[in-house]
Amino acid sequence: MKMKIKAIAVNTFKESARNKMFYLLVFFGILFALSSKLISFLTLGDAIKVLKDTGLAAINFFCVLIAIFTGINLVYKEIEKKTVFNILSKPVSRDQFIIGKFLGLALTMLTALAAMAGIFFLFVALSGGGFDLKIILYFFMLFLELLVIVAISLLFSSFTTPILSFIFTVSLYLIGHIMWTFNEFKLILRVPFWKYFTQALYYLLPNLDKFNIKNEVVMNTALNPWTIFFSVLYALAYILALLAVTILIFRKRDFQ
Amino acid sequence: MKALEIKDLKKTFHSNFLFKKYRVLKGINLNVEKGEIYGFLGPNGAGKTTTIKCILGLLFPDQGEILIDGQPAAAVASRCRIGFLPENPYFYDYLSARELLFFSASLFNLTAAEVRDRVAALIHQVGLSGHQDLKLRKFSKGMIQRLGLAQALIHNPDFLILDEPFSGLDPIGRKDLRTIILSLREQGKTIFFSSHILQDMEMMVDRVGIILNGSMRREGKLSELISRSTQYYEIICSHIAEKELAKIQANFACRDGQYSITLASDSDINQVVESIIHNNGRIVAVNQVKMTLEDIFFNEMGPSRPATTGPHRPATTGDSR
Ligand SMILES: Nc1ncnc2c1ncn2[C@@H]1O[C@H](COP(=O)(O)OP(=O)(O)O)[C@@H](O)[C@H]1O
Ligand SMILES: [Mg+2]
Repeated sequence: MKMKIKAIAVNTFKESARNKMFYLLVFFGILFALSSKLISFLTLGDAIKVLKDTGLAAINFFCVLIAIFTGINLVYKEIEKKTVFNILSKPVSRDQFIIGKFLGLALTMLTALAAMAGIFFLFVALSGGGFDLKIILYFFMLFLELLVIVAISLLFSSFTTPILSFIFTVSLYLIGHIMWTFNEFKLILRVPFWKYFTQALYYLLPNLDKFNIKNEVVMNTALNPWTIFFSVLYALAYILALLAVTILIFRKRDFQ
Repeated sequence: MKALEIKDLKKTFHSNFLFKKYRVLKGINLNVEKGEIYGFLGPNGAGKTTTIKCILGLLFPDQGEILIDGQPAAAVASRCRIGFLPENPYFYDYLSARELLFFSASLFNLTAAEVRDRVAALIHQVGLSGHQDLKLRKFSKGMIQRLGLAQALIHNPDFLILDEPFSGLDPIGRKDLRTIILSLREQGKTIFFSSHILQDMEMMVDRVGIILNGSMRREGKLSELISRSTQYYEIICSHIAEKELAKIQANFACRDGQYSITLASDSDINQVVESIIHNNGRIVAVNQVKMTLEDIFFNEMGPSRPATTGPHRPATTGDSR
């Protein structure tokens, strides 16, 4: 049973690893991360700091792009091109299929991130910056965020078209980074219903800012280990919940 | 115990808009015995693929019971001994044939040695030797169909379900597939395959089920279906005036200067032949015409279709899609 999940995960990874688009995005991520060196020449101040600031932002942007695109594409294509028939007509449960897909996507994201991070570290070192444990932590937190994004896109692509999945996932990503506004809303709103409504949304929607520790990394300020710990728990709980909903939808699905 | 038993299977599709309903399966009943080749015959849109998807758990029936080896088909375990070739199959085009077979094998509980042996043997058996490392995006439709059969056989299943396996194959491919299916029956396997082409069936099936508009019309042994059906006799003659012939037998047709007379029973043959000779006509042939599966099929389709009895009925070969 574990072997089947593994087989599906490895095959999913193979699919992205043999896709030119994947390499293109990884390449651009690295390119933009490195071009921050240029910016650091042009700006005054701490060159290493600028390099970290813009470099990490570039890696973040391209990894999120890869997560959304592969997450949406891989499951939808499987259904659209009917390759899913070849899997589900064998003794493979729908749960195993979804879990395998998710793990394969996770492996894909890990590879993309590792490639970009490796080159970034090398570059920082060459530019005279020391090895920074906090940057490792930054990448780890980014990886958690990518897993949440992948799980979101998996959920949407299990029941709707790629375009709608894309719109929903991007919207959730953007909203996920401005969750603090919901607290502001709570203060402004007077009608109790809307107060509770925004409160409910606040707990329901993914709070992706929890995974963003760029300021602490770039400014080199202290990080609270408990905050990190709870963010990790939050990510795991959120991913499990998303996968559970995806599986429930997928179990009921007719493949026409 | 039967290999497959379907009782009163019903399925309705709902279109997304207008809440329109399509009753695609209206109570399918069929039985596939162990060790036989069962032909599931019906025109396009009859509901063959829908039935097959219900068997494999890709679609959930509205109503009815599907038993495989006496066990409910909904259970994942029921698919351990089934090999399935979908209609117009599509496989991951970034894989090679060999990689796809290894991937398919990994979804069953097989040992590494078993897998290696089976992959090598199947690539040879379906005629893909020399192409095993080619990426599937470079495969032709016929090659994909052959590969589809190989992946269906990867775990040496007892029961094969093939949806339109002959479509997309050239004459050599058809012959190869027929040979493979017959040899699988020799090995004691059960084969259930669908087709809208009658010739595919006549050469090999033990029993057929005819499906039309989501209902089963007939099911039975091919030999019974054919012998039970009426036969007729045909006399072909020439060098006789039509006027004279009309006096002997009113029921005839003219083709290429020859006349074809149709008789319902053999008791009149001698008398008609004698009369023709007596009128200086020439007997070209006397044929006993058996009803073919095709005739049965068109009879079942009702009067909306043109009658196609007789030796010169239009050919229905080829893929009408
Ligand atoms: N998703 C769907 N929605 C509505 N009708 C469908 C859908 N899929 C198939 N059908 C209809 O169901 C009928 C049976 O289809 P199918 O089982 O594929 O037939 P066959 O395999 O015998 O050619 C057809 O009339 C087809 O138009
Ligand atoms: Mg069909």
